[in-house]
Amino acid sequence: MSACCCGNKHAKEDPKQMALREAIARYQGVAGALIPLLQEAQEIFGYLPGEVMEEIARGLGLPFSKVFGVATFYAQFHLKPRGRNVIRVCTGTACHVRGASPLLESIRQALGLKDEGTTEDLRYTLETVACLGACGLAPAMMVNEDTHGRLTPAKALEVLKQYQ
Amino acid sequence: MKKIVCVCAGGCTSSGSLRVLEGLRAEVQQRGLQDQIVVKPVGCHGFCEQGPVVSIEPTKTFYTRVSEGDVSEIITSLQEGSLVERLLYVNPSNQQQINTYDQVPFYARQQKIVLAKCGQINPEHIEDYLAQGGYQALENVIRQMTPQQVVDEVKKSGLRGRGGAGFPTGRKWESALKAKITDKRYVICNADEGDPGAFMDRSLLEGNPHEVLEGMAICGYATGSDEGYIYVRAEYPMAIKRLKLAIEQAERAGLLGNHIFQSNFSFHIKIKAGAGAFVCGEGTALMTSIEGNRGMPRFKADRSTEKGLWQKPTVINNVETFANVPTIITKGAAWYASMGTEKSKGTKIFSLTGKVINTGLVEVPMGTTLRQIIFDIGGGISNQRAFKAVQSGGPSGGCIPEAHLDLPVDYDSLDQIGSMMGSGGLVVLDDTTCMVDVARFFLNFTQKESCGKCTPCREGTLRMLEILTRICEGQGQPKDLENLERLAKIICNTSLCGLGQSAPYPVLSTLRYFRQEYEAHIYHKRCPAGACAKLLVYSIVAEACKGCGSCARACPTGAIRGNKKEPHVIDGTRCIKCGNCLQKCKFGAVRKR
Repeated sequence: MSACCCGNKHAKEDPKQMALREAIARYQGVAGALIPLLQEAQEIFGYLPGEVMEEIARGLGLPFSKVFGVATFYAQFHLKPRGRNVIRVCTGTACHVRGASPLLESIRQALGLKDEGTTEDLRYTLETVACLGACGLAPAMMVNEDTHGRLTPAKALEVLKQYQ
Repeated sequence: MKKIVCVCAGGCTSSGSLRVLEGLRAEVQQRGLQDQIVVKPVGCHGFCEQGPVVSIEPTKTFYTRVSEGDVSEIITSLQEGSLVERLLYVNPSNQQQINTYDQVPFYARQQKIVLAKCGQINPEHIEDYLAQGGYQALENVIRQMTPQQVVDEVKKSGLRGRGGAGFPTGRKWESALKAKITDKRYVICNADEGDPGAFMDRSLLEGNPHEVLEGMAICGYATGSDEGYIYVRAEYPMAIKRLKLAIEQAERAGLLGNHIFQSNFSFHIKIKAGAGAFVCGEGTALMTSIEGNRGMPRFKADRSTEKGLWQKPTVINNVETFANVPTIITKGAAWYASMGTEKSKGTKIFSLTGKVINTGLVEVPMGTTLRQIIFDIGGGISNQRAFKAVQSGGPSGGCIPEAHLDLPVDYDSLDQIGSMMGSGGLVVLDDTTCMVDVARFFLNFTQKESCGKCTPCREGTLRMLEILTRICEGQGQPKDLENLERLAKIICNTSLCGLGQSAPYPVLSTLRYFRQEYEAHIYHKRCPAGACAKLLVYSIVAEACKGCGSCARACPTGAIRGNKKEPHVIDGTRCIKCGNCLQKCKFGAVRKR
């Protein structure tokens, strides 16, 4: 990255881009930096756009294929924009035997989604996770950072209404 | 004497315990009782079924399912020295009220060693841990023992890896201590708890993070390492937060970092947040992931203790294994080895879930029988159903039928009956659970999580899944069972890592003990447990239907139609078989076949 002498260009720059550049600079030369950097980049942008991955590849001196490979390997990374509220329905063993499938099915119906994914208005993203570790409260789901347990299809739909 | 109100701030947060905590604090403040009553958040009490749980010291009073509305009554009762009777736990077997937690059958039959401090200390205050003797084991080790002595002590204790495979911990440490490469060594704590149905590592990290850090530091001293990593799932944000805080506090107190206890021993711990891949729970995959790559397992030409992370000697142990270490040092190897069975010493934490009355976290000595765990501690099967099987060991384990319920649980006994200890998840299944569906569920999981590196796992699990799905949907063919067994054998024998090698276990164990259920699906197109949706039909018995409409309101797809006070009808093409109508109907008019 070339240093800027006038200051104007950077002052007008998108704050997200600046945050990304700052993060890349912090990880340069650090061993095993790719995953934490991708995590930070996703924090900044909400997902991982192609250009961001390209910039990370350049910044860390890695082939783009490697960055892309890692980003698509892990479930945490998303290459498409996400909804404002992320619903994670637990489909772990305990939840499965206590009725996670009908729960998931009714949320899917209510949101008009065919499968996992994001609603058109970007209000919700629906996903499943293998286990939230809240098995004592099965069936459970997480909406953003909140865990909701002992759900029924009706209760889950009530919960979702709180999230704009 | 000050009264201490301990509010679970672990799993109970999802049933609203933080609002209870804030409410109690505000109430104490408002009444000016700060000198008499202390309110603090603590880790998991284990009895998740009854959450939010509140315990009061020193009286050991135990309140269950507490809500914000109960706050003022609890504080008043503390002032008066009385009890809030309606919040006390009622023993479901004899309807008796129980005042103190040590009398609750769920706790009375447990032996808490690793979890002893969970539920008593505030995990965000290092002072609480120190007050209970925390970091004394580390101090003793540094001041009085040589690394070899520490290794010998752990060896003598008989501690085996709690992550599932049960490798002797002392032997692992010894081979790292004696490794040829000496310039750098690593300690890794595997907290990538991915088994569906397991949450003991999460509860430990959230309830008592210092115990794990202390265990890691002792391991660092014993193996000559100065750097440790904790690899935690990103799905556990609270565990990550508390670990970060704990590391900061320990470093400030000189218990981690440079020159611990003013000695020459330095040990730094870093947190690595996993990015969501089950296979990273496998040791070599985890290390590959820390190195910044796709988390794919490596071929083990050398042991990790010879060449592990960044090709340096590395000890990798599970959260619970490390959490055992401080107690072993403090109380001695002989004391520890006096618990458990001949080849499996100490206690084991199980997360007891599924169709059992008391779901939660349970710690019992090795050798306790499954019947004791499920019926005495777990309180038996919920909804008055019949026990069918218990699934142990997560996706790598198997289903254990009633015939083996009296088996003392340890690493070797579970192995013998086609299951495994795994990390300690116990999911109880009742007669409404379809075993073919359970097998399909696990295979679906391992298939999705297969990293794709080796062919048997990548392709084989998919083929097995296709067969199982077909069977569950009523399309099974007579040759399917034979094919399943053949594929299973190949995958077990030829996969690269533990994930693939054990992926077919759920299928093999259900085929071994519940073959007749597979046959009913294939030959009679029937699911005996009434669980496989494709083989089910919901209908309304016109004679019994009062036309109240509650089923129609509960139906998420609008598949139920009918006029008020007239029999309703289910439109089979729109029905998603969620069973809501069956649950809602008060007249038993909905039938499932």
